[in-house]
Amino acid sequence: MPWETVIGLETHVELATQTKIFCSCTTAFGGEPNTHCCPVCTGMPGTLPVVNEKVLEFAVKAGLALNGEITRRCKFDRKNYFYPDLPKAYQISQLYLPIVRNGKVPIRTESGGEKVIRIHELHMEEDAGKLVHDPWIDQTRCDYNRCGVPLIEIVTEPDFRSAEEVIAYLEKLRSTLQYLGVSDCKMQEGSLRCDVNLSVRPAGSQDLGTRTEMKNLNSFKAIARSIAYESRRQIEALEEGKRVLQETRRWDENKDATFAMRSKENAQDYRYFPDPDIPPLELTEEYLDRLRAQIPEMAEKKAVRYQTQWGLPAYDAQMLTGEKALAGFFEETVNLGAPPKQASNWIMGEVLRRLSADGLEAGEMALTPGTLARIIALVQEGKINRNTAVKVFDAVFAGDGDVDAYIREHGLEQVSDAGLVGQVVEQVLAANFKSVEDYLGGKEKAFGFLVGQVMRELKGQASPQVVNQTLRERLEEKKSM
Amino acid sequence: MKITEEMVDYVSTLSRLKLPQEEKTRMAGELEQILAFMDVLNVLDTSEVEPMSHVFPVKNVLRPDAVEPSADRAELLKNAPVPDLEAFLAPKTVE
Repeated sequence: MPWETVIGLETHVELATQTKIFCSCTTAFGGEPNTHCCPVCTGMPGTLPVVNEKVLEFAVKAGLALNGEITRRCKFDRKNYFYPDLPKAYQISQLYLPIVRNGKVPIRTESGGEKVIRIHELHMEEDAGKLVHDPWIDQTRCDYNRCGVPLIEIVTEPDFRSAEEVIAYLEKLRSTLQYLGVSDCKMQEGSLRCDVNLSVRPAGSQDLGTRTEMKNLNSFKAIARSIAYESRRQIEALEEGKRVLQETRRWDENKDATFAMRSKENAQDYRYFPDPDIPPLELTEEYLDRLRAQIPEMAEKKAVRYQTQWGLPAYDAQMLTGEKALAGFFEETVNLGAPPKQASNWIMGEVLRRLSADGLEAGEMALTPGTLARIIALVQEGKINRNTAVKVFDAVFAGDGDVDAYIREHGLEQVSDAGLVGQVVEQVLAANFKSVEDYLGGKEKAFGFLVGQVMRELKGQASPQVVNQTLRERLEEKKSM
Repeated sequence: MKITEEMVDYVSTLSRLKLPQEEKTRMAGELEQILAFMDVLNVLDTSEVEPMSHVFPVKNVLRPDAVEPSADRAELLKNAPVPDLEAFLAPKTVE
């Protein structure tokens, strides 16, 4: 029997604010345990949480960009549970009136078509602290630096049918949130985290099967593999006449499998109620208009502009705009005078190659657009040739070194001096009599060999045009002799 | 509303409370009285009334996103029932 996989996503995104959601402690990553804490975020009695205006702004912008309906009168609720990662014994979240409902995210499917993923809701909440078990004292150490860091949770409808659709959606989400500047969406630092709800059903059925929830997915690769594993596991169970249990499962990267987590007793009864500490939020039309006006040009629009304004091929435009940092780098390089197609070739070729080799994200690279623009200009002016340019690029990439100084120190200037090239050509012709004969006898291949010899003598720094021209001239002279 | 012993067990589990038998019986009675007290509200027709979440006519209380110094860790940890030099300590909870 053919089966269909049905997937819904819950994505937690850490917002790029300076301070926590309800107090003025810093959100900086890392820090000694419990040094980014105050009486509010450690849940001391008698303290009052006050909403960070940037959190509201970021959540609304995200909602607008995801084509959602903004809840004009919204409030916060308490989600009650006893677990030491939240010292208040409740998380301040939104259940009854989430800030955003009914969003729509168009994605591109494998077949090249478009599909709309429906967003059920987007709400604001606080992150929890970090627990580390200390086996030496058999106690759990609680670090509340992350406690109170603002999150938005984005919940989709069960609209995905494959891992590819899930990844396409997450890439779109990441790009959108990065362009908005509301989050850096770094999966490895946990600022974008995803829970996958998955069930299977006979193809064509309209009923939903029993779903499991998978946690601990910290890369796109882990998400794709866990979806493949979990659909297969559920299908096999059903085909053997077993049942799928509704449970939370943990993805184990090393074992390439999901495992049932010990279910916390009554884990689902959070006894939500409105948080009396936080007055409701009422959003005016003017407020929404102001935020709407601040929404920047997104990836798709940018890609269209790159094609019309700068004549880039659609492929280049799509690659460059996928990530905000990369698009910004490209635009800056072009603004500094680099021809757009040249800049695009360098970024899609050498820059992406180095980023991937060095395990860096575009936003993390030291290389500045000014340096790349300088390299491109030097190639255009004929000061260095393309091969040398790649060497220089690799040398300066990691520390954004001084291109001109590097070329000077390593004597890499391109030799365009016709006199010098001429001398070397004479030497090479004299030393390679056989190849000259071959060429004069009509073997064009011998020409390439001779060019190679001249380049080698000039340590690869000669201008290919000058070498070609000089060599051709001398050989033609010999022909007519 | 009748509060059974199972309901008391359920609520106390959620609240991480371990109640001795005599307290369970007493709690069942007290909870029943509290709910009966609120039952009075059920005589009103509230189908057309929007649920109220806050008593005071206050809204949009926000603060700017500006960092202020966090608390001194040693001072903060004085509030913990069991601290060490860096962290709050809790009984083993990590699964």
